[in-house]
Amino acid sequence: MSLLTVEGLTVSFGPQRVVRDLSFTLDAGQCLAVVGESGSGKSVTARTLVGLAGHGAHVAARRLEFAGRDLTALREREWRGLRGRRIGLVLQDALVSLDPLRTVGAEVAEPLRVHGTVPRPLVPQRVQELLADAGVPEPAWRASQFPHQLSGGLRQRALIASALAARPELLIADEPTTALDVTVQAQILDLFAGLRDAGTALVLISHDLSVVARLADHVAVMHAGRLVETGPAEQVLNRPRHPYTRSLLDAVPGAHAKGARLSAPPGTGLPPGPDGCSYAASCPRADDDCRTFLPSRDALGSLCHHPLSQAAAATYARPVAVTVATDPAPPPTAAPLLEVVSVGKRYRRADGADHHAVHDVSFQVAPGETLGVVGESGSGKTTVARIALGLVEPDSGSVRFGGDRWSGLSERQRRPRRLRVQAVQQDPLGSFDPRWDVERLIGEPLARTGAPRGRARREQVGELLHRVGLAPELMRRRPIELSGGQRQRVAIARALAPEPDLIVADEPVSALDASVQAQILDLLADLQRELGTALLFISHDLGVIRHISDRVVVMQGGRVVEAGAAEEVFTAPTHPYAKELLAARSGGGAR
Amino acid sequence: MTAPTLTRARADARHRPLLASRSRAVLGAVAQRLLGAAAVLLGAATVAFVALQLIPGDPVTVMLGPGNPATPQLRARIRAEYGLDHPVAQQYLHYLGRLLHGDLGESYQLQQPVAHVIAGQLWPTVQLAVLAMGFALVLALTAAVTTAGRRRAARAAVQLAELLSVSSPPYWIGIVLLTLFSFHWRLFPVAGADGFAALVLPALTLALPLAGVLGQVLREGLETALGQPFAVTARARGLSDTAVRLRHALRHATTALVTLTGWLTGSLLGGAVLVEAVFARPGIGALTLQATTNKDMPLVVGVVLLSASVFVVISTLVDLLYLLIDPRLRRG
Repeated sequence: MSLLTVEGLTVSFGPQRVVRDLSFTLDAGQCLAVVGESGSGKSVTARTLVGLAGHGAHVAARRLEFAGRDLTALREREWRGLRGRRIGLVLQDALVSLDPLRTVGAEVAEPLRVHGTVPRPLVPQRVQELLADAGVPEPAWRASQFPHQLSGGLRQRALIASALAARPELLIADEPTTALDVTVQAQILDLFAGLRDAGTALVLISHDLSVVARLADHVAVMHAGRLVETGPAEQVLNRPRHPYTRSLLDAVPGAHAKGARLSAPPGTGLPPGPDGCSYAASCPRADDDCRTFLPSRDALGSLCHHPLSQAAAATYARPVAVTVATDPAPPPTAAPLLEVVSVGKRYRRADGADHHAVHDVSFQVAPGETLGVVGESGSGKTTVARIALGLVEPDSGSVRFGGDRWSGLSERQRRPRRLRVQAVQQDPLGSFDPRWDVERLIGEPLARTGAPRGRARREQVGELLHRVGLAPELMRRRPIELSGGQRQRVAIARALAPEPDLIVADEPVSALDASVQAQILDLLADLQRELGTALLFISHDLGVIRHISDRVVVMQGGRVVEAGAAEEVFTAPTHPYAKELLAARSGGGAR
Repeated sequence: MTAPTLTRARADARHRPLLASRSRAVLGAVAQRLLGAAAVLLGAATVAFVALQLIPGDPVTVMLGPGNPATPQLRARIRAEYGLDHPVAQQYLHYLGRLLHGDLGESYQLQQPVAHVIAGQLWPTVQLAVLAMGFALVLALTAAVTTAGRRRAARAAVQLAELLSVSSPPYWIGIVLLTLFSFHWRLFPVAGADGFAALVLPALTLALPLAGVLGQVLREGLETALGQPFAVTARARGLSDTAVRLRHALRHATTALVTLTGWLTGSLLGGAVLVEAVFARPGIGALTLQATTNKDMPLVVGVVLLSASVFVVISTLVDLLYLLIDPRLRRG
């Protein structure tokens, strides 16, 4: 008998069914990964398994059993006995998932006190052991600190320690490493692997296939609340049967050469009927059958009328030719567009000590090329972006743009040239005035170029929207009424409006789902090919950087530790940190 | 055996400098706030002095009251007695010097030191304000904790009650309470200041509007906190809904409450004017009313300085309370 058996689980909020007919089983010592994009129902599934689906949720299942107990029949009091005691839950960001007003020790101790698994006098000792087991050094000291005083990695370890405090048999982790840097992510995944090997059953919820590949025995792919494909990790990740799984795998950047398209070819766009396949509108293989009814699950666990055959899946031909992309990047020796020469920037920390955000950083961006800047949090990437944008004045060194001085200028001197450098931020929602509609947002930089007003400007905005693949009907929408991908497209349209020479993009795809990220990366590559705009692309994601960059700069602790052509840096890194970074990302592979 | 000992020793070693630096940071913050408080008090004293100078007419005439003929000799004597024959700058410095020694001058009307007059009336008002705030907090906490994010019908009813209490004029609430509890049921005395029973209705009158505001703010804070990931984490540890409210969410909700409570406590002095009038109670409110109608300037200045000090003390307490509640603010 399996530890956890889920059969025909359906969760609805009012008329909306967010999880539909979900089935899987999980044994002790096994890891099941539930993969999907935002809105696929994976987080609701995680919470349903601890009886916390939320207010107004209606949970129904043919079977929902944990260790032989019927979970659908549990009363709240009985659930409380399971939660934290036999089923643990780890959420994404420990900065907000641990109570910020309580000490780390109090948080880790809470399950012990609630369930009384350890006699009260022994609790502090046990908390230290738990923290130490989760890989937190100096646990006594750390237990007395507050979550904000710990680094992201230590914080996440503390959160895991609190979930494990009463030694649950099942641990559910919802995006446990998403907020972390790659090297820290690798350590946390190792911690999970150790738990699984010691016999804990693990449900890992993630959108990141590289994370899943390292840990999962089984993979379940969710789309719009349904399990569209499930099976052993090796099979699902290497020989996917469902076109949606295929598109998710293709969307992972870094696995293909620069220039390869990441996003799936557009489907018919015809919406499916109520009983049809939810992926039909985007699926290149969809036909009338797909839109009307769902097939029964095939022997290999795929829910598709037209699964990719084993042979076809292995040699899945990419539908888009990638000839254009092989154009050699302009040699960086040509007169550089942006020239950053040994700049440094210090900030005074709260305790009075100087903090070198950026130290002796030099690089150049040639016209029309993409320079990728990659590094973990705190490496100085964003300061570099602000210096390039002329928003932060470096303390030392100099910046030249288009052959002229760019640093050490007064704002009045710099302003006439500002339109030539545009920015795309990580979170466009925060960089847009929420009360403005799309036309006004994109029209603002146009006004600064002295473009005509009225109908002519509206036409220009329409052209820009077309250029970024958006319908002109969106002009009247406000940012909140747009999807994440649409927002980022509007942000790109706004950046393109004054026809800049350089776009500085700071983590432009980090907040997006994999398939949307793929579309935006493709869009940026297309635009660059058509318009010849240079791109300073900043990201923590090595795959993204490798995919989009001609040349790469690797930063650590405010310094450039490695620089060179993208392929050189990624295939033969020389600096130990660059090697470690790459190893942390690629480590493991599919089990 | 040695490994844990070693770890603990190292932890202790790092613990001590950390604590030292943290308490130094807190001390610095305290010193900064005390300086700020002194500056505010100086400002209030100065504004009061300037206002005194700007009152139209001769202060001596104001002092003597309308239609009180006085010989020039008498006027000159009063002038000299109050130091009014000196240049304004010198008067100002003299005035500040007196304030530093706690000397607020003498009431024109009562012919008694202002400090003495105020001290005599302070205690009933303090009793009233403290009890009112206590009532308000208890009512708001009970209403918010029991209804935040659950019991839809009860929540709606409580919200309506809060809205009513916030929007009703305090004297009207006072009269309603008097009618019900004093005239109809004869539970509490109609007026006066004798003992606790006489205090209940006035305090409740002051408390109800406050409870309405505080309850709304507290409920919103609680509902926000209960939606945070840490609340989900806490419930996933096996905590009951009520335990999550009391152990986790309440502290988060209090941060918004503390500022508001501070501000409202200060404003209770003003609220006391009406309530003390309705219930015929002595106190600072009644005194202020009297001083203002009689143009008794030293007394008015005294009351202004008193309420400024109350505000300063309370806002300093609020800032310190924040440091206590939210560890994230305890940084250099």
